[in-house]
Amino acid sequence: MLEARLYLLQRASAMLLAPLVLLHLGLILYAIEGGLSAGEILGRTKGSLFWAGFYGLFVLAAALHAPIGLRNILREWTHWRGRSLDLATGGFALLLLALGLRAVWAVTA
Amino acid sequence: MQDTAETEEMLEVEIWRGAEDGALRTYRVPRRESQTVLDVVTWVQRNAEPALAYRFACRVGMCGSCAMQVNGKPRWTCRTHVAKVAEGGKLRIEPLANLPKIKDLATDMAPFFEKWAEARGRHEPTRTRHEPMAPVSPENPARAAANAGIECINCAVCYAACDVVGWDGSYLGPAALNRAWTLANDERDADRCGVLRAVSQSGGCHTCHSHGSCVEHCPVGINPTAGIAGLKRMTLAALMRGEL
Repeated sequence: MLEARLYLLQRASAMLLAPLVLLHLGLILYAIEGGLSAGEILGRTKGSLFWAGFYGLFVLAAALHAPIGLRNILREWTHWRGRSLDLATGGFALLLLALGLRAVWAVTA
Repeated sequence: MQDTAETEEMLEVEIWRGAEDGALRTYRVPRRESQTVLDVVTWVQRNAEPALAYRFACRVGMCGSCAMQVNGKPRWTCRTHVAKVAEGGKLRIEPLANLPKIKDLATDMAPFFEKWAEARGRHEPTRTRHEPMAPVSPENPARAAANAGIECINCAVCYAACDVVGWDGSYLGPAALNRAWTLANDERDADRCGVLRAVSQSGGCHTCHSHGSCVEHCPVGINPTAGIAGLKRMTLAALMRGEL
């Protein structure tokens, strides 16, 4: 029941992403408006378990959510179907996860 | 006395002729009071184009065979009055969208009905004909949900109106999923889990975007979008319970 599982995963990750995105946007506004330098930001994120957890969760949810949506869009807009599409979008999920976690590691470790 | 030939109001009617590679052809049809779109098509066949192919049977909105695209929208033509849909005295009548054209206004309905079978649209009985009938309370919420969807006349108007069917040929479509919804809520059905498994395949209920075109166009007032949303909830609950 791949379709039902993907549907559930996409909705669950969306529910998770909604508050995370809002907080992330608020954070950007705060950092920009407050005039924090890159060094000051890194000073707050380095070694912080909270920010590692926050953005780790963000990356995980985005890496689940976006490839499922991309798979749906490709199925509807192109004739691409089947295992090759599943593998390609699965690969895209792994790529997002790897790039995202690398970025989280860079600013929190 | 006035000359009726000169004063008679005429409709300009474009009708699709041929199969996929066909074209629209224009006919002038006398306007009549309380005239339906099916009356117009019938007039053209009897008076101007004897070879015109189209389907109809009951002419009273029960059989579901006369659906066509009228000015770009799918409609049951026997119950669609010209006065309601003619734009500036013009009508454009084409075969139903999202189905292969056979000839003129007749489409191949096989893909539509095959999807009913794919959605496990047949009833699996819990009793034989030798046993007494199952008592079913009409107040039961599941029965009420099923009742809301059982008056479908299989006209394929919803199927022609659905954008997702147009995009994804494997999508079961609103009518087949509405049928599945009525069975999934039928306590007399012996394999309701089988229905949920059938609609959870690729192209099943999770493919629906909830655009609501089916609801907008259904001639008998069924809400397939609500039924499909119900199937999504039901399949997710079954998935959580490990029954899917």
